[in-house]
Amino acid sequence: MLLEAAGISKIFGKLTALDGAALTVGENEFHGLIGPNGSGKSTLMKCIAGAEVPTQGKVSFVNADITSFTPTERARAGMSLKFQITSVLPSLTLYDNILLALQAQSSLLDLVFSCTRGLLHDQVMTMLTQFRLAERAFDAAAALSHGQQQWLEIAMALAGKPKLLLLDEPTGGMSLEERRVTGELLQPIKKHCSLVIVEHDLDFIRDICDRLTVLDQGKVLASGTVSEIQANKSVQEIYLRRA
Amino acid sequence: MGAAKQAVHADVGDETDVSVTESAPIKRSSVRKVLPIVEGVVLIAALLAPLVLQDYLTVFATRVIILALFALSFDLVWGYAGIMSFGQALFFGSAGYGVALLARDLDITNILLVLPAGTIIGLTFALLLGGFLLLGRHPSSVIFVSLGTLTGSYAADRLARGWYYLGGQNGIPSISSMTLGGYEFSEGPAFYYLVLGILVVVYLLCRFLVRSQFGLALAGLRENEQRIAFFGYKAQHLKAIIFAIGGAIAGLAGSLYAFHEGFVWPNMVGVVVSTQVVLYVLFGGSGTLIGAVIGAVIVEGVSFWLSDNYRDIWPIILGLLLLLVILFRPLGLISFVLGERERVGSFGATRKEKQNAP
Repeated sequence: MLLEAAGISKIFGKLTALDGAALTVGENEFHGLIGPNGSGKSTLMKCIAGAEVPTQGKVSFVNADITSFTPTERARAGMSLKFQITSVLPSLTLYDNILLALQAQSSLLDLVFSCTRGLLHDQVMTMLTQFRLAERAFDAAAALSHGQQQWLEIAMALAGKPKLLLLDEPTGGMSLEERRVTGELLQPIKKHCSLVIVEHDLDFIRDICDRLTVLDQGKVLASGTVSEIQANKSVQEIYLRRA
Repeated sequence: MGAAKQAVHADVGDETDVSVTESAPIKRSSVRKVLPIVEGVVLIAALLAPLVLQDYLTVFATRVIILALFALSFDLVWGYAGIMSFGQALFFGSAGYGVALLARDLDITNILLVLPAGTIIGLTFALLLGGFLLLGRHPSSVIFVSLGTLTGSYAADRLARGWYYLGGQNGIPSISSMTLGGYEFSEGPAFYYLVLGILVVVYLLCRFLVRSQFGLALAGLRENEQRIAFFGYKAQHLKAIIFAIGGAIAGLAGSLYAFHEGFVWPNMVGVVVSTQVVLYVLFGGSGTLIGAVIGAVIVEGVSFWLSDNYRDIWPIILGLLLLLVILFRPLGLISFVLGERERVGSFGATRKEKQNAP
């Protein structure tokens, strides 16, 4: 297994956000994390990415225990996160946003003497082209539409060639057309990367994911292939109950 | 990309040229290059100044150039890396004290020894303080760093005031002149051009640094430290490095200042001077190197002129001026001529770098 999170609990003061949640993701697997609002999806993502430290539980990644790794160490191990709130760097150009992500693991001397930017140029343009942003390469990221900023952010998250990409609500605030394109943009990465995706749009999830995990009140309600989950009575119930 | 591919050249920012394989032509961003013009004008003015200024004004101008060097050190740390250092005078003053002691106790005044010594003192103190404040396992908050540096500066001030060996309240008076071989650098045009030369060299080194890929990493650090940590940057290391470089430059400026003024006193390591350098940079425009230089020149120049002409109320006028600029021009005076896009700049590969790439 690429990622194994087991027995994850996270307690904020009196609030138990996660109560023994678990998630396993295999190689080249697209895994959807769904559940009603407040079920702990984002918290679980943050515990996996290192933005939060779980109160209890263990996270293993590529057979190593990374529970106490910092975000930097996790990134260097091959994990990448796209935040729920877009955090592209607005005053930098799109080109520089991608370059910033690509050069993250260059050595200090390479950075000071700008040794790698010539080599990385083609990769920057390939990423921008792949995410349909090449025409705007030299605009400031702040000038992009919300949907385009999300794509830029996904491109940045993929730049370091991660083994696992964590996407927290990538289609939030997107139009239908933008959602469709996002799905298309994500398909090709399956060849080299696994995906954990938190999303409210169930149609979108159904289209691109292999397996689903359903969280409810900090616990795993069900986990399985898309068709298994769709047939699951208790899952239908929580969605009907809250609909 | 089914369409015929063609290479399109787009000129972006200074010296940056990017060729792109794309079917649609890429919009050229119309960046006017204001920065090199401003830099050129300032340099020419600085070169000509001693020719037109009276002697006592050349002495004043030398002090201003040294303070501009000091301002650069703070600009690197705050304007480029987003580290709020309220204790920059600690490195400036400790180097001043260090070289003053070298001159007083060991009779070492050779410029080739004292300036490197001052630089190393500033660097060492910045490494120690920066290591403590910035190198935790988790990122330290802006408040923690600014209060930490402020406290460091305040403590150094109190220490210098109370320490007899350092001259207590009076500091160390009548430091002998800097020498090179038999030549003595006393106040005047020679000292001025020496300091200007040093400023230009340091400026160019800083310019090289902030426009490199390292500079891009600093821009990321400034805008969103957490984001770049998630890319795999060792953000704390980057901060400690730039903080140390800032300390080294402040140390260089401090040792020049000690020899130029001929004395050092506790204020030089204290909170007042630390704040002064913050004002230079905010006034001129943080995040541009030339902004820091212009800020130092204008703040010092205006205070000089005001104190001559409005002997009693000049600090009030100066205070109001500073407030006005910081309220209405948060990006400093430089923002009157410099657009946001050019201020931030572009970091892509130059044409030559791409040709060298396999």
